[in-house]
Amino acid sequence: MSGETLIEADDVGQHFGDHVVFEHVRFSVQAGEIFVILGGSGCGKSTLMRQMIGLLRPTAGRVLVLGHDMREADAGVLRRIGVMFQGGALFGSKTLLENVMLPLEMHTDLPREAREDIAAVKLGLVGLADAANLQPAEISGGMAKRCGIARALALDPPLLFLDEPAAGLDPVTSAGLDQLILDLRAQLGISFVVVSHELTSILTIGDRCIMLDRDAHGIIATGNPRTLRDGSDDPRVVAFFRRSAPAHGAARNE
Amino acid sequence: MTTAFSSARQGGLLTLRFDGPLDLTATASLWNRTLAAARGAGGRIALDLGAVPRCDTAGATLLAAAETAAGGAAIVGANAEIMALLDRVREARKVAAAPAEQAPYNPIAGAAQATLDAVAFLGEVVVAVARAPARRRMFVFDDLLAFTDKAGVQAIPLVLLLGFLMGLILAFQSSIPLRRFGAEIYVVNLVTISLVRELGPLLAAVILAGRTGSAFAAELGTMVVNDEVAAITTMGIDPVTMLVLPRLSATLLVMPGLALLLEMAGLAGMTLVMGTLGFPPTAVVHQTVLSVRLTDLLGGLFKASMFGAAVSIIGCRTGLGAGLGPRAVGDAATAAVVGGIFATIVLDGVFTVLFYRLNL
Repeated sequence: MSGETLIEADDVGQHFGDHVVFEHVRFSVQAGEIFVILGGSGCGKSTLMRQMIGLLRPTAGRVLVLGHDMREADAGVLRRIGVMFQGGALFGSKTLLENVMLPLEMHTDLPREAREDIAAVKLGLVGLADAANLQPAEISGGMAKRCGIARALALDPPLLFLDEPAAGLDPVTSAGLDQLILDLRAQLGISFVVVSHELTSILTIGDRCIMLDRDAHGIIATGNPRTLRDGSDDPRVVAFFRRSAPAHGAARNE
Repeated sequence: MTTAFSSARQGGLLTLRFDGPLDLTATASLWNRTLAAARGAGGRIALDLGAVPRCDTAGATLLAAAETAAGGAAIVGANAEIMALLDRVREARKVAAAPAEQAPYNPIAGAAQATLDAVAFLGEVVVAVARAPARRRMFVFDDLLAFTDKAGVQAIPLVLLLGFLMGLILAFQSSIPLRRFGAEIYVVNLVTISLVRELGPLLAAVILAGRTGSAFAAELGTMVVNDEVAAITTMGIDPVTMLVLPRLSATLLVMPGLALLLEMAGLAGMTLVMGTLGFPPTAVVHQTVLSVRLTDLLGGLFKASMFGAAVSIIGCRTGLGAGLGPRAVGDAATAAVVGGIFATIVLDGVFTVLFYRLNL
């Protein structure tokens, strides 16, 4: 947790044809942080994450992750980040253990016994040791997300991206997942970038956040989520944290 | 930076010393050596981490595995961060992964279960047909038209092409031996009887199994995987009536037509070959009419309908019986084609014996 900059978004923009998702987005993520990208549906949270993990080339600006320009993401940088997709994105034909072993098989020379042991440890870290031999179709949504995190942890990356970790989970499971994220940060020193619109989760885990807005085509607020909730006078931020409908002016803009 | 590994025995205690970071790369190169040394120690060991500046979970797993292999280990010189991580990894390793419980594969029991399932599904279809008048609303007539178009009309070019080529090939092949006896005109009898009684319905069924049976299985399998069939059931709709009957009706309707078209195309191909052998079309048509009876034609078309029903029912059953996961749909489509062709040939054998006994 040295305060090293892990991610640097430099005037990033994305448009699809004439449709501008966001533009002039600038932020940085420091080592040891849990950084949350929040905002309502359609504001471009997931698009921004896809740019950061090298799945989408920004139409303007650039994103540096661990010092690499993600417009030219190669295997070297990709094996140093972990990504959990919204539904876990597990391979349905493999057991949970095999899912976690896959990155180890592809990127290391570890003997099979070592791969199994390390993958079992990762499953143990996320509380899934008992489920190692189950198929993804046999587990719940929360377990699939946990396994997605275990697979993302397989190569011990310093940085993990989580897409909507709390979406579709009950409050207890969601709280358990929040605690897991905090534990992994504390115990393994991993930094997180979390895309979310689940208020409880954001307030529990977030150190710093940016809030995107669909109508503003970019960032409307930056800071600690709890501070924003208690202190922001921007009506859009207030509406988001109070879970109220936007003010009339904002509604007319849509 | 590579990590060095050495072992030294002092008194009864084997000390394994690491020099350098214990990360994933170091773990990969040190795993076998470390565990071999730990297993061969014959008792407790010491792990000297005095020269290890950092360690990740892979490295901590290696240390924990060495502890387990030796039956216990003293950790020497590790910094607090490494000790904390090692504790966490030990805890994660405590809950051993349960071995997968897989029943041994039993082909006889599997085949028996598959047969029982097939009979049960056939029963469901019969019940659905019997109850269809009372469930008219669940039978979507537009679906019937769509499937008739897909399974029938869209298959016509392929059926015509294959039929024409089959007629051509059969005529050529059979003309060679018959020419030796001066009996080339009987090529017409041979090809006509083969096509009308046997090959027309059979080839049409094979085309149907490949084009339509697999499509039915894939469509319904995808619906199962997406929980659409469960949704239909929970809405109080009978999935067999809604999903299977329109498909079954469509294939029953189109198969005689497809078989007839295939036979006509085959006869056209044969006529072309006979022309090259010096027989005018009128002679060929005359010989064709003489060689075939109406019962041959009707029997063939009846068989075609039954083959169509078998292909359709098997396609729907494999689709609705699809499992979960990404392979399920592919497996269902494969099973539909294999099962459809197999059932067609078995049914053909049954009909051959039946028609023979009935002097048809």
